[in-house]
Amino acid sequence: MNLLLLTIVLALIWAAISGSFSGLNLLLGTAIAIVALYLLRDFVTKPRALRQLRRIASLALLFVYELVVSAIRVAIVVLTPNLRAALRPAIVAVPLTVKSDAEITLLANLITLTPGTLSIDVSKDRSVLYVHVLTLSTREALIADIATGFEAKVKAVFA
Amino acid sequence: MIDVMLYLGAFLLLCGSAFTLLAAIGILRLPDLYTRMHAASKAGAVGGGMVLLAVALVCFEGAVALRAIIGVLFLLLTTPVSAHLLARASHRAGYIPNKITVLDEIQTIKKSQSGP
Repeated sequence: MNLLLLTIVLALIWAAISGSFSGLNLLLGTAIAIVALYLLRDFVTKPRALRQLRRIASLALLFVYELVVSAIRVAIVVLTPNLRAALRPAIVAVPLTVKSDAEITLLANLITLTPGTLSIDVSKDRSVLYVHVLTLSTREALIADIATGFEAKVKAVFA
Repeated sequence: MIDVMLYLGAFLLLCGSAFTLLAAIGILRLPDLYTRMHAASKAGAVGGGMVLLAVALVCFEGAVALRAIIGVLFLLLTTPVSAHLLARASHRAGYIPNKITVLDEIQTIKKSQSGP
């Protein structure tokens, strides 16, 4: 049932991207969706409950807001006349509490697109995420910021 | 209604261009690759996304608008990955952050592991 729904959604996305909702194109989209789902059969997990959609939406909203704030902040930094005084770049090791691949990937991508932070690397044992910061205040403040903000939201989505 | 969409589209187009310009200035002015990736990944993604949204608003064609919006989604999905990979690859290749960097915990950890 879940696979059927995914197939339909993927076929519709295909039709939307190629810009034609004709029968033949939808059929082609369905074929591609089936091939893609077959290739990814080990990764397509069990259906998620509907209430998780709300959490995903909340994460998406937070993300868009942070992204705009982030772009404006980078813009201000870039336009500062005395650039070297405004910058305090640093690479900080942030301890991770999320464990699965999907969670770490999502968190790292969110961190990259949010104010002043860019994820660089994950340690081999997946316990630490190395984050580059544009203007460091203190390393503890940054770690607390990530843990209470995105990390909590990411956990809620995957809970 | 059409007027509102046109003005909103023009506004988004201006904002998007401004952010893209700022991203370019940032790449020129910032001192090293890591700080430059901040400008390229954030201001760049927001700028490009705004321009695509403007296209979706002013084209008045469902198929084009839909594709522009999907384009924004793909932009937001792919930009952080490429920024992350570039930063990671250069750190592994031994590219040293600029002198003004106050803290590099990857270096300190590597040193403490290889040291006595």
